[in-house]
Amino acid sequence: MSLTNQRPAASFFARDRGWQPEALTPQYKTSVARSPSRALLSMPQTLSEITGPVFGHNIIGPLDNDLILNFAKPGESAIGPRIYVYGRVLDETGRGVPNVLVEFWQANAGGRYRHAKEGYIAPLDPNFGGCGRCITAEDGSYEFRTVQPGPYPWPNRGNDWRPAHIHFSLFGQGFAQRLITQMYFEGDPMIWKCPIVDVVPHREGIESLIAQLDMDSTVPMDARAYKFDMVLRGRRSTLFENRLEGN
Amino acid sequence: MQSLYRLKESPSQTAGPYVHIGCVPNFSGIGGVYEEDLGTTMVNEKTKGERIKVSGTVYDGTGTPLKDALIEIWQADADGLYPSPEEHRGTADPNFTGFGRKAGDYQTGEWVFETVKPGAVPFPDGRKMAPHISFWIVARGINIGLQTRMYFPDEAEANAKDPILTKIEHQNRVPTLIAKKEGDGAYRFDIYLQGENETVFFDF
Repeated sequence: MSLTNQRPAASFFARDRGWQPEALTPQYKTSVARSPSRALLSMPQTLSEITGPVFGHNIIGPLDNDLILNFAKPGESAIGPRIYVYGRVLDETGRGVPNVLVEFWQANAGGRYRHAKEGYIAPLDPNFGGCGRCITAEDGSYEFRTVQPGPYPWPNRGNDWRPAHIHFSLFGQGFAQRLITQMYFEGDPMIWKCPIVDVVPHREGIESLIAQLDMDSTVPMDARAYKFDMVLRGRRSTLFENRLEGN
Repeated sequence: MQSLYRLKESPSQTAGPYVHIGCVPNFSGIGGVYEEDLGTTMVNEKTKGERIKVSGTVYDGTGTPLKDALIEIWQADADGLYPSPEEHRGTADPNFTGFGRKAGDYQTGEWVFETVKPGAVPFPDGRKMAPHISFWIVARGINIGLQTRMYFPDEAEANAKDPILTKIEHQNRVPTLIAKKEGDGAYRFDIYLQGENETVFFDF
C-alpha cells in the first residue's frame, strides 16, 4: 500500500505537557496510585492518531442538548437555575472545528449525580438525568440548555468540595485530539479551593476553564447564558510534513 | 515581534467517577435519553474480517482493578483502512465503525470489545506497522487521558519490524503492549498504570 500521489493526512501540534496537568498530583489523592511513573514515550503520529471517529448528526436526538427536558416526564422539567451554555470548539490555530461530538454531564442543582456509586445526601431530581450531547456546526459552535449544577462534597482531604462544574468530552478530527475537561462558573469561590482544579499548572489555564456569564445572550424571563469555548490541538499545515519520496 | 496567534489547548481534567453518566448513560442506568451508548457496537453481520474479542482490566499501582475506568479504542478495518474523513488511501468497510467505548464492570473492572482484527497500516515513511489497536484510557484520578496501543501476540514477525515497537529504547517493556492469546480469536490486554509491569504510554 503506497501513499504516492495521495494527499498525506496532517499531524497535530505537539501537546504542551507543561501546560497540561501532570499525572502525579498528590493534592488529588486518587492520582497517586493511578499515575504512570515512567515517562510517556514520544512517538511520531501515524494514521492511527491522525484519523479518528467522526459522528453524524443522525445520532443526535431532538432533546439531546436539553438537559432540562431530556430525562423529564412529559409536561415536567428539571429543577434549578435555568441556563444556556454555548460557545465554540476551536483548534490552536483559532479555527472553528466542525463536526465535533461534544458530550456533557453534570450533577443536578443540589450537587447530586444520578449514579449508583454516589452517596451525597442531596436528593435526586426525578426529572434530571444529567447527560447531553451535540455536534458542532461549521464554525465550531455548539449550545445546550441545562440547570446550573450545585457544588458537591467529596472526601479527598476530609472536607473538599467541587466547585459547580460541567464535564465535557470532545472528539476532534483525529484520535490524538481526544480530550475530557470541565467547565467552571465565573465567580465561584470554590474554584480556588479545589484540588482537581489545582492540578492545572498555570493560572491562565484555570481561567480558560471558567465560563463567563453573558447577559447579552440570556433569554429574558427564562434562562441565563454562559459562554464556554474549548480548544483542541492544532493541525499542522501539510506544507512542511515529511513526505514520501516522489510524493 | 509578530504574534503567531496561537491558542492553548484546553487543560484536561479528570473524567471523574461519574463519567458513565455522560459517556455510557445506558450502562449507568440512565435509560431513555440515548438509544444506544456510543461505541457499544463496532461490527455487524456484514463486517469483513476475523472476529475477535479483546478483554482486559486496568490496574492501579497497588494492583487493584479500576472499577470506574472508561476505555476507548480506535482501529483500522480488516484491510488496514480507517473509517475516517482523513483516510485518503481508500474507503474503509462501511460495516465497521473502528471505534469502541466500554466502561469497566462496576464489580470487577473488566471490559470487553467485540471487533475484527485490524489490517496493517503504514507508518509515515511507508513501512508497514504491525496490526494494532489504539487505546485511550480515562478515569477518576487520571488527569489527562492515557494513550497506548495493543499489538497481537500472533504477529511476532510483524511486531519485530514495527516502526514504533522497534523504536522503544527499553525493549524489556515492549511485552506490555502485546496482548495475550486466550483462545480462538480471544485476546487479553491488561493495562498497568504503575509498577514493575507498567504499560508503555505514548505521547503522540
